[in-house]
Amino acid sequence: MNWISEWALPKIKTLFGAPREVPENLWHKCEACEQMIFHRDLERALHVCTHCGHHMRIGAARRLEYTFDAGFSRIELPRVPTDPLRFRDQRRYADRLREAQAKSAMDDAIAVAHGTIEGHRAVVAAFEFAFMAGSMGAGVGEGIVTAARLAVLQDAPLIVFTASGGARMQEGAVSLMQMPRTVIATRLVKEAGLPFIVVMCDPTTGGVTASFAMLGDIQIAEPGALIGFAGARVIEQTVREKLPEGFQRAEYLLEHGILDLVVARGAMRETLGRIIGLLRVPLVVPPEPEPVVEPLIALPPPEPAATS
Amino acid sequence: MRHFLDFEKPIAELEGKIEELRRTTDAGGIDVAEEVGRLRDKAHKLLQATYAKLTPWQKAQVARHPERPHASDYIAGLIEGFVPLAGDRAFADDAAVLGGMGRFHGRAVMVLGTERGDDTESRVKHNFGMARPEGYRKARRLMELAGRFGLPILSFVDTAGAFPGIDAEARGQAEAIARSIEAGLDAPVPFIATIIGEGGSGGAIALAAADRVLMLEHAIYSVISPEGCASILWRDAAQASVAAEALRLTGEDLKRLAIIDAVIAEPLGGAHRDAPAIIASVGVRIEEVLEPLAALDGATLRARRREKFLEMGRVGAL
Repeated sequence: MNWISEWALPKIKTLFGAPREVPENLWHKCEACEQMIFHRDLERALHVCTHCGHHMRIGAARRLEYTFDAGFSRIELPRVPTDPLRFRDQRRYADRLREAQAKSAMDDAIAVAHGTIEGHRAVVAAFEFAFMAGSMGAGVGEGIVTAARLAVLQDAPLIVFTASGGARMQEGAVSLMQMPRTVIATRLVKEAGLPFIVVMCDPTTGGVTASFAMLGDIQIAEPGALIGFAGARVIEQTVREKLPEGFQRAEYLLEHGILDLVVARGAMRETLGRIIGLLRVPLVVPPEPEPVVEPLIALPPPEPAATS
Repeated sequence: MRHFLDFEKPIAELEGKIEELRRTTDAGGIDVAEEVGRLRDKAHKLLQATYAKLTPWQKAQVARHPERPHASDYIAGLIEGFVPLAGDRAFADDAAVLGGMGRFHGRAVMVLGTERGDDTESRVKHNFGMARPEGYRKARRLMELAGRFGLPILSFVDTAGAFPGIDAEARGQAEAIARSIEAGLDAPVPFIATIIGEGGSGGAIALAAADRVLMLEHAIYSVISPEGCASILWRDAAQASVAAEALRLTGEDLKRLAIIDAVIAEPLGGAHRDAPAIIASVGVRIEEVLEPLAALDGATLRARRREKFLEMGRVGAL
């Protein structure tokens, strides 16, 4: 690789409208500003467009890498019943699941790992949006519950990076029940006196938003992330109104008081480290107060009973 | 005039004929009692045959039948001295969620219900049973109140789902639902949810993270409406009947999946044909499950409720 291939060649190709097949793996086109970014630059920028700052969707493996200090370990998640409904639409759910597993080398749409963030111990669960749109069925629910248990066991905060289309409808009511189930997981962490931090990534919608993902002690989102309960199309059809500019984007939620922070990917690790540091300062036991001798308000002496 | 569903057309025709004959008799015409009796018998058999093998999609239609008794009917029929309670203390009162206290079989209880309304005016008032964040925040407030004073919680769920609106999103619909689920799971009192019509997704579970979940025979409970599922997975809303089948949204299926605890039989032809009867049997079933729960302390109730939901989706559970 030299300056010709890295810089001059793509420029020339852009100028002359050369076919796009060559850049496919070396050059990445930003879906927001449509500019080309060299793959090494993109990797260095944590998959944030170097031209416009657009935060591209990334998978769970990268997410863990970007979040932890070097040397974290992923844990294996317990097996769950697959396809409880024996669901089939135009294809069998079992087949879709197998295909997603083969493509991603993951069992389901979530990865759980433990390690340190800026030196603080932490458990992180990260959604894989590429796996059936990060939808939450029993497998993802189990991932959240396992991550919560691990956090309690390790006396470490739990951080979840969400990216999900919502409940996995192929698991029907079983997927709906992952909403209370993951809410219980957040309670386990909080009751152990540990911080539960949610980082909402693009996109986070439906049953995931309406359960554990909105119950963080601290709610963070990546810039521009689509976050909401109902889908934009459904809302538009229901209210027959044009949706406001920036509707359901991270910045919109911040403005409406639903998030604490919108944090760029490049600053995420540092921010998380700082928050954990603040919330995990050991309790300082206040000194015993001096016993109060005098009553604060002197009561008048009892009046003698009236006699006739 | 009774509202008939599409698949009830043959029944509607028979019942129409009976009505017509009765009118001729009343008008002093020939006595057709025998003929009326024969037709009645036939209509009854047809109704029996039809309702004995309703498809999931047909059940969805019965669940949404406009004359089906709603949450307010169950409250009126089962709760004595009802004191309605309103508001989320922050923004508004959402009439899609009814709330209040009263006595159920003599016991003080907290009642919650999603209400659809039964004519145009009341449907608009109740937003067709689709709650906004304020509704779920009211529910949460009342569940917490119930917890503090030891009142068992009874909920009656009948909603297509949470309202998908710009205002609802701006005010944190997802957070409101999540907190309502959390409040239900945390309540240190018995919590019994009854799905009386449609149990639509997040808007339903917001009021149903309960110790016991009862479901009416023709009620449905699902993560997504059959129409919504069909339009996403089949790219065709007309495939709703196929989607309804695939989603396993009937009481029978959900009992088998251990998602709900019991199915309450409905009067022949659906709850709307005999509202007092179904309201009475719902009362009997609630009392049956409430009695043993009322003997447990708050910590035990909460621990068991958690364990129950944690089981849903584990190996061996299904």
